[in-house]
Amino acid sequence: MTTAHAQPEAIRGVVFTRSVRLLSALAVIGGVLIVWRFLVGLGRATALTDGYPWGLWIAFDVVTGTALGCGGYAVALLVFVLNRGRYHPVLRPALVTSAFGYSIAAFSVMIDVGRPWLAWKIPVFFWHWNLRSVLLEVALCIMAYALVLWIELAPAFLERAQTSSVSVIRRLAEAWLPVLRKALPWVAALGLLLPTMHQSGLGTLLLLSGPRLHPLWNTIMLPLLFLTSCIAMGFGMVVIESALSARVLGRRPEIAMLAGLGGAMRPVVLVYLSIRIVDLIVRDQINDLFALDWFSVMSLIEFGLLFGALALLREERQRRDLGNLFRASMLLLLGGALYRFDVFLLAFQPGANWAYFPNVAEILITVGLVAAEIVGYVILINLFPILAGRPRSAVAR
Amino acid sequence: MGISRRDALKVMVGAGGATLAAAATPGQANAAAVVARPDAVAMLYDATRCIGCKACMVACSKANHLEPDPGWSQGLYQAPADLNGKTKNIIKLYQEPGGAYSFVKRQCMHCLDPACTSACMLGALKKGDRGVVSYNPDLCIGCRYCTMVCPFNVPRFEWDSLAPKIVKCEFCKERLAEGKLPGCCEVCPTGAVIFGKYTDLLAEAHWRLDAHPGRYVPKVYGESEVGGTQVLYLAHVDFAKLGLPAYGPDPVPTAVREVFQEIYQGLVPPIALYALLAAVMMRSRRLVTGEGPEQEAEEP
Repeated sequence: MTTAHAQPEAIRGVVFTRSVRLLSALAVIGGVLIVWRFLVGLGRATALTDGYPWGLWIAFDVVTGTALGCGGYAVALLVFVLNRGRYHPVLRPALVTSAFGYSIAAFSVMIDVGRPWLAWKIPVFFWHWNLRSVLLEVALCIMAYALVLWIELAPAFLERAQTSSVSVIRRLAEAWLPVLRKALPWVAALGLLLPTMHQSGLGTLLLLSGPRLHPLWNTIMLPLLFLTSCIAMGFGMVVIESALSARVLGRRPEIAMLAGLGGAMRPVVLVYLSIRIVDLIVRDQINDLFALDWFSVMSLIEFGLLFGALALLREERQRRDLGNLFRASMLLLLGGALYRFDVFLLAFQPGANWAYFPNVAEILITVGLVAAEIVGYVILINLFPILAGRPRSAVAR
Repeated sequence: MGISRRDALKVMVGAGGATLAAAATPGQANAAAVVARPDAVAMLYDATRCIGCKACMVACSKANHLEPDPGWSQGLYQAPADLNGKTKNIIKLYQEPGGAYSFVKRQCMHCLDPACTSACMLGALKKGDRGVVSYNPDLCIGCRYCTMVCPFNVPRFEWDSLAPKIVKCEFCKERLAEGKLPGCCEVCPTGAVIFGKYTDLLAEAHWRLDAHPGRYVPKVYGESEVGGTQVLYLAHVDFAKLGLPAYGPDPVPTAVREVFQEIYQGLVPPIALYALLAAVMMRSRRLVTGEGPEQEAEEP
């Protein structure tokens, strides 16, 4: 079965399709608006207020974006900690999505903060580090992890460089590849440690807003809930990405492997749901879950999405159906994303005088960043050996 | 290899277990109540003495070199609707349909165990001399996490600025250093807000409650709320109606401390976990480096 998977290879030829051109246009619009945001300031560019100082950019780009970027983390857990080596071929594409997700998140933060030109002080001024600050932990871990992801991907770039026609590049690649391979296990271990720390940390963040957080979400379990759900979302993202690239690039999807990921999602979602439900019971909030007010309805939708995903993943037969697996993963991502939006925007209640809904500029900047991410991904898999599996033409033969 | 992936798993589960344990015993880390530092200063605001003249607001703006905020007054006078990037101190009016009313002064409460200083990444917000929660813009990247976590929604942001800072009362720390009173306390014509040692003002507040039974809601707001604050309130109207919520005695950072600090104690758990993960990685080194999936042969 080992030989069933081809070595990763670059996918030539599908760059500037119509949808990629459309995405590029959206990315350019986002880019222009980002420049505008720095010219007019946050007050005019966004709908943010002193009541809702964090909005769409934090809730989606950073908190949800990094969770969607947990594919690399989730698959690495599966491959290395659970020793399921057969999932290794999906690791590299998963790492690419993760690297993009995290880089975009880090970039978004620079748009969101008011004084980004001082951001370099966070990693550098260690003598000022406030070791009680969860945000410091999250910031340092996200910065470090974005770097770790690109280092983990570096072999892909160097493998390509080895075949370069420029002799200097070729020699550099040949000199550095062995060094990198020696260092990689240590870097890859960081690649498991850092997400464990900061994904739970993202949940811990709002624990400090405790007095103003709606009781349905205000629990000491926030870190564990964020951690478990991000792993499930990571698997979901890998399935969706594999299914999409299979369709768009005309490659045969690795059904057995994706079905396996579908199987891996179930226990993780179950753990998440158990913690969430037991927590609501223990904290005596379970009645409020069915109060059918705005908060209860949103929570129930969260639960509905996740139970829906579980229902679609129940049997092996279902998990081997790519369309079904895709829908389940989509429900899972929506459920996880909604949970994050609920915690950061809905559960957070600064008082009756405040309201927040993202304005057009905020939305277009977020859309632009996501578009840029997808375009970047397409370009990268075209240029470098990322995707394993086989082109459909080879299969059809 | 002696250390297996199972051990790594155990540590990961252990971290989760620690969270569970913390949840099972809430408030234990908070066994010791927050004690004000010996040099702590405070403000005591007595709503029954406030006449709503807002002289303190003007004095505050002057002392802190803040632009006046005309609000909706079309430039006629200073009339901010709330604390904001130009307003560190505000007098608000609460009025009931029946006629009962009260003014209330809002500003930074200078919590004994603040959420903002616990949140701030580089300690731009810090509890310093005299217990004043002060702000250093050189260490602030404008993330606004302080605004997210403050239970009194005090730290405000200069949304209109291209180099925005956090704006909040710092007890006029420069004036204190010169031996002067904070701007607001210097000008208050009725003594509704006074400044002094924390212990003295707490005693004064209790003396007033004892001396005038029935005049006040029998409680010093800020004595126990979120672990205690260095701005104390007396009022004749329910505090919650004045925008001062009924908070319990646990400091806001308590829950985070239980989860976060217990797990990361001395950075030992993450370092141990890293060592285990590195061992796991060395075990499947060939897979990590992408030199080929030989590991597969070992799979059951």
